[in-house]
Amino acid sequence: MAGIDLKELTKKQNPLTEGHRMCPGCGAPTAVRQALMAVEDPVVVVGATGCLEVSTTVYPYSAWRVPFMHVAFENAGAGISGVEAAHRVLSRKGVAREKIKFVAFGGDGGTYDIGLQSLSGALERGHDFTYICYNNQGYMNTGAQRSSATPISANATTSPAGSVIPGKLQRAKNLTEIVTAHDIPYVAQTTLHDPMDLIAKVKRAVETPGPAFVNVLVPCPLFWKIDSADQMKVCKLAAESRFWPVYEVTEGKHVLSYKPKNPVPLEDFLRVQGRYSHLFKKGRERMDLVAQGQADVDREWERLLKKCAG
Amino acid sequence: MSKPKCWQDVPPATIAWGASALDVETGLWRSMRPVLDQNKCISCLKCWLQCPDSSIKTSEEGRVCGINMFFCKGCGVCAQVCPVNAISMHQEADFTNEKREHGEDPGRVAGHVK
Repeated sequence: MAGIDLKELTKKQNPLTEGHRMCPGCGAPTAVRQALMAVEDPVVVVGATGCLEVSTTVYPYSAWRVPFMHVAFENAGAGISGVEAAHRVLSRKGVAREKIKFVAFGGDGGTYDIGLQSLSGALERGHDFTYICYNNQGYMNTGAQRSSATPISANATTSPAGSVIPGKLQRAKNLTEIVTAHDIPYVAQTTLHDPMDLIAKVKRAVETPGPAFVNVLVPCPLFWKIDSADQMKVCKLAAESRFWPVYEVTEGKHVLSYKPKNPVPLEDFLRVQGRYSHLFKKGRERMDLVAQGQADVDREWERLLKKCAG
Repeated sequence: MSKPKCWQDVPPATIAWGASALDVETGLWRSMRPVLDQNKCISCLKCWLQCPDSSIKTSEEGRVCGINMFFCKGCGVCAQVCPVNAISMHQEADFTNEKREHGEDPGRVAGHVK
């Protein structure tokens, strides 16, 4: 990737320190590290309630080298707008002289569900900030409940797969497109399949004046029931199977950042995860649900290609 | 702001000193230990990029030079992403006799808040 020298980056201290209490193999701290790696200006971070917030700021410890503000579950968007607006006023009055970037982190619970209204408001008001959603597709902090980001047929504690239902019955909503509909300067969707992609996207998002949004799919080893070492492998499968298309939207123009040369079937992505194991139980296979999932993925992909072409 | 000596010094609702988690020895969680083979390592920095716990040590020239056992939780991501298999995972029990520096136990409230 042009303009990013990894060797130079190793000399820079990361805003997120070691010693945080995220689970081994969690995708969220990897995403946060990579996201903030190439940001040159000083940052202020606002975090919605979620795994990231509770395990990086366990009293009396903080794993942040930068100012970090925790707000409630529903208002990371409002929190970051307030900080940004305050800085703008102080700059105008000549009190604050430094150029500061504002980054908010929220999980999918705090972004897709509970924090959607405050995020929408902040995007509409056009504050200069970047919102990064680390999307592990459920409420992991409280024990793997379903969220509106949980994909169809996934086994979550509030949509348990059993004799009554085969996991979650509803589809996940497409938040990236909901945010794109706000007509903001920069929206991107990515996962941990390629560190340089995330680093470059967040760098671009932060440097874009006005609101920017990055939706990062991160695996949760506990909920997805994968081996803690497999975070990158599973993310690669998510991108390769087109389950999680990697693209960006600059000024309303969709651009595909990664087009899998040999796309793998969705089944490969589902089989590696324990949360879909009920679909592949011997004698009680639900291949109809796998086929339905594949049809959804294909339809969404066609839709995205049309947007990229037009 | 300096570290408070007792709880009365702690400002309400804030953690006033940043990066204090550096005292917490998350390496105590580890059951599998990654071992780096310097001869095989090509310093592609893939493990450094992917490590959730920032535990891959790099030298001043930007080369991989070790793994920080104080923080490493042993998830095995580094061994998985290594393109030349320079990192292998071993049972932590094989290293019990090793002498090392201990930090604050994350299970206990820190010594400075009594």
